[in-house]
Amino acid sequence: MSYPVEQNEKFAAYANPERLVSTEWLAAAVADGAVADGKLVVVESDEDVLLYETGHIPGAVKIDWHTDLNDEITRDYVDGAAFAALAASKGISRDSTVVIYGDKSNWWAAYALWVFTLFGHEDVRLLDGGRDKWIAEGREVTTDRTQTSVGDYPEVERNDAPIRAFKEDVLAHLGNPLIDVRSPEEYTGQRTHMPAYPEEGALRGGHIPTAASIPWARAAAEDGTYRSREELEALYLGEAGLEPGDNVVAYCRIGERSSHTWFALKYLLGFDTVRNYDGSWTEWGNAVRVPIVKGAERGSVPASLVRN
Amino acid sequence: MRKLEVMSTNTLPTALAEIVDDFQALTEPDRLQLLLEFSKGLPELPERLKDHPELLEQVVECQSPLFLTIESEKNPDGGARAFRLYFKAPPEAPTTRGFAGVLHEGLDGLTAEEILAVPDDMPELLGLTRAITPLRMRGMTAMLGRIKRKVAAASRLES
Repeated sequence: MSYPVEQNEKFAAYANPERLVSTEWLAAAVADGAVADGKLVVVESDEDVLLYETGHIPGAVKIDWHTDLNDEITRDYVDGAAFAALAASKGISRDSTVVIYGDKSNWWAAYALWVFTLFGHEDVRLLDGGRDKWIAEGREVTTDRTQTSVGDYPEVERNDAPIRAFKEDVLAHLGNPLIDVRSPEEYTGQRTHMPAYPEEGALRGGHIPTAASIPWARAAAEDGTYRSREELEALYLGEAGLEPGDNVVAYCRIGERSSHTWFALKYLLGFDTVRNYDGSWTEWGNAVRVPIVKGAERGSVPASLVRN
Repeated sequence: MRKLEVMSTNTLPTALAEIVDDFQALTEPDRLQLLLEFSKGLPELPERLKDHPELLEQVVECQSPLFLTIESEKNPDGGARAFRLYFKAPPEAPTTRGFAGVLHEGLDGLTAEEILAVPDDMPELLGLTRAITPLRMRGMTAMLGRIKRKVAAASRLES
């Protein structure tokens, strides 16, 4: 059964306030025993595969973006059977309320939430501010092993089309708004990977023509929480030039940072059609004969690719 | 200079070979736990280096900030100089810290010849690639590579 939604002034301004919970709210729910009795499943999803083991929110389970959610062979996500097995093993049932949190202002948590959404999991929420805020506030963490009872999760076929874009979709999308959430250096083509991050092998640098550069972190405040509706509107409607009702594609390097932006556009600003291009620059920057713009200008779609 | 790299496990210094054996004897989840132990065991920087972050170099290939440096000291027996390794990584990066801990325990105090003989793909021997993912293993390999390059450069200067 769905757990009650948090009511507060900040969230109420968002298009889908039920998609976020605050640290205060989660702490109260934990204290109430909502996690212990299985009404609420709290999931930690981090970049660092061992961070959960150093201490996690009491009762939280761990889902690793790479080993749990990605297929080991094909560059794709797990299928319905594997997802059902994973969810059930973590004590998640199809009607569970799931709250996800993680490190780095919720990059990987937002990514995990996006994958849950590919499988149509209905009630999945993000902890505003993530792991860092929880810890900064001195809230309880534990290294105790979480005991879960096996959930009841059906095999659901993944439905990619509404929220996931493939390279061909992006080519067909050209002329519609794109948001590039990488660093300015990656956008201009000065470099092909995040500053201080490993080179992941893109042969070309730059951005997809017409993409607006809005680095993901600008949607987050100092404490890792999402900025207010007003601030997000100034960013995406003002600076990026999106208009209500636009069909938007967001991308980054492998689709993790853009999941954070996808969440803001989809649930906080309420754009109906927002897709995350998870192939992102590690695909586009290696693909043959796709258009690329270098430099700080957005550029234009080559005439040969303009669709009527 | 003679190339010392030989891609086999029998060139591992004793301490490092023992660590590799310990990892290989475990199941995958236990290997991760052992890596976590190494992350807790990574020694703090000495005060003189804490006050001088500019003396450390960042290994940018690691996903989390990892800084390291090496120093060599005279061997009291008059033998080859011993290399000391120093690492700095935040507690929020236990995987990176864990591997730094493995290299510290396995290589600290050894000679240039011993360190340079460690195969570049030694991290693969820990049996963590599947659990950690190849992407994350790349940072580990880069850490070892950086140590070997620094040791090679320092020992050239001294010879």
